Amino acid sequence: MAQAMGFFTDTTVCIGCKACEVACKEWNQLPAANGGVNTLSGDSYDNTRRLDGIHWRHVRFVEQFTPDRSEGRWLLMSDVCKHCVRAGCLDVCPTGAIIRTEFDTVVIQSDVCNGCRDCIGACPFGVIDINPASGTAQKCTLCYDRLQVGLEPACAKACPTDSINFGPVADLHKLAEARVGKLHAQGEKRAYLYGADEKMLGGLNSFFLLVDRPEVYHLPPDPQLPTRRVRSSGWTSVLGALVVGLAGLVSFRTRGRRE
Amino acid sequence: MNPPASTLFTASPEWQWLIIGYFFLGGIAGGAYVLAALIDLFGDPLDRPLARLGYLVTFPVIAVCGVLLIADLRRPLRFWHMMLQSETLRPMLKTWSPMSLGSWALLLFGGIAFLSFLAALADDGRGRWPRLAILRPPGLLGTLLALAGGVLGFFVAGYTGVLLTATNRPIWADTSLLGLLFLVSGASTAAALLALLGRRRAPSSRTGLHALERFDSVLLVLELITLVALVVSLGGMARIWLGAWGALLVVGVVGLGILVPLALYRRSLHAGGLSGAAAAVLVLVGGFLLRVVIILSSDGV
Repeated sequence: MAQAMGFFTDTTVCIGCKACEVACKEWNQLPAANGGVNTLSGDSYDNTRRLDGIHWRHVRFVEQFTPDRSEGRWLLMSDVCKHCVRAGCLDVCPTGAIIRTEFDTVVIQSDVCNGCRDCIGACPFGVIDINPASGTAQKCTLCYDRLQVGLEPACAKACPTDSINFGPVADLHKLAEARVGKLHAQGEKRAYLYGADEKMLGGLNSFFLLVDRPEVYHLPPDPQLPTRRVRSSGWTSVLGALVVGLAGLVSFRTRGRRE
Repeated sequence: MNPPASTLFTASPEWQWLIIGYFFLGGIAGGAYVLAALIDLFGDPLDRPLARLGYLVTFPVIAVCGVLLIADLRRPLRFWHMMLQSETLRPMLKTWSPMSLGSWALLLFGGIAFLSFLAALADDGRGRWPRLAILRPPGLLGTLLALAGGVLGFFVAGYTGVLLTATNRPIWADTSLLGLLFLVSGASTAAALLALLGRRRAPSSRTGLHALERFDSVLLVLELITLVALVVSLGGMARIWLGAWGALLVVGVVGLGILVPLALYRRSLHAGGLSGAAAAVLVLVGGFLLRVVIILSSDGV
């Protein structure tokens, strides 16, 4: 296997230009939303709003303003599939369409997916959605096709501020830790890494530097594997089957004797 | 301040009416086979018409389930990718994925239900191949088939709840009791349907019909206990049900679907009449509403 590759997205230098979104759409030939007719979100300068089947990169605008707008700050984060080391989507996929590649990334094979949508509800981050053009579940592939010929992903290539860093995950961890140290030294004590730790789903191959709580960026504080309750649910169901079976046995067996 | 629940940051798979229909009918099919097998294996010979009714109901209902599931796929023609790896044609099975395991269970259960359906027809003297009656108990082959079908019937009735739990969606992934709830409700709705159809189709099994009503009463109590335990297990997430969904759950599922039928069954067992039929209809409505609430209340978050 090649080295594990991933993204380190440093949100503190993101300027919200959405070049990554455009580059991603361009390279992956993703269709425009709403047939290309412009629709405005109405409550934000962000008009693409979320990750879905036709937005595999999405720059989230967190607009924190006081009601009189005298004070405020912008938090900008280019969101993407986390390429979890323990990937819930891959676990539940019943067709085998979702695979782990030689780069330790998670890719949905569009020619295998049959659109059952199990992975959409299973993803702890709400990353996956159906692409209406293909009728299959789609998300960031970490530009698997580009990686195979030694190119970096389109979004990282396009990012003008190096908010999106691409490379071997081990190198990215070093880079990210150095960046957090530098920010702390400069007085930005809130800076921390989200998903770099193995405790979060075995580690996210695509992790982030944040300066506020995860939920502020619409990231789950404690993402979990979807299969975590399968065993306990299975056993309670087996217990239920035994009780129901026993009730049936008693109902139908003793009847003849009683009446 | 506590951080918000992580299941609130996920996307809906948009499983809606087709899946609600499948969960409802799948519960009935699985439950009906279990009941038919129980009656056939352990019940009074006088009740064989009721068991036959169970087999006759199961196969058409499970066939409809397959159609609903395929229709719900965004690429329906690729439904077989659930069973075979599309590139190599090797079997596709992930025992840890409820949907993968469920697809296989459904296929096997459908096959067994079909054989039992033929056997029930043959037993009735209506089939073209009377010798197929050996596929029904008390013969060895029939007994083995009924046992396998009964186990798979339980699986089909209950795995749908586990399937919902194996996501990261609010409500669904916040409890371990959905499989149990759907299994009990599936068996209960199946008993109600058999009691209802049996009134016309197997009137000679009057005492068997009463046994079905008694059995369903026990299951309704069990369902109520499970439902209360489920709400408790949800903890703070149960807040999603404060509002219209909660009202539907309390009035539709608990009131109309559990408490009123319990009273009506009681009356039917003592006084007879139509109250048993009314109870059965309400149990079916309640079972359907239960799935509507569980699925759509999470979908809206």
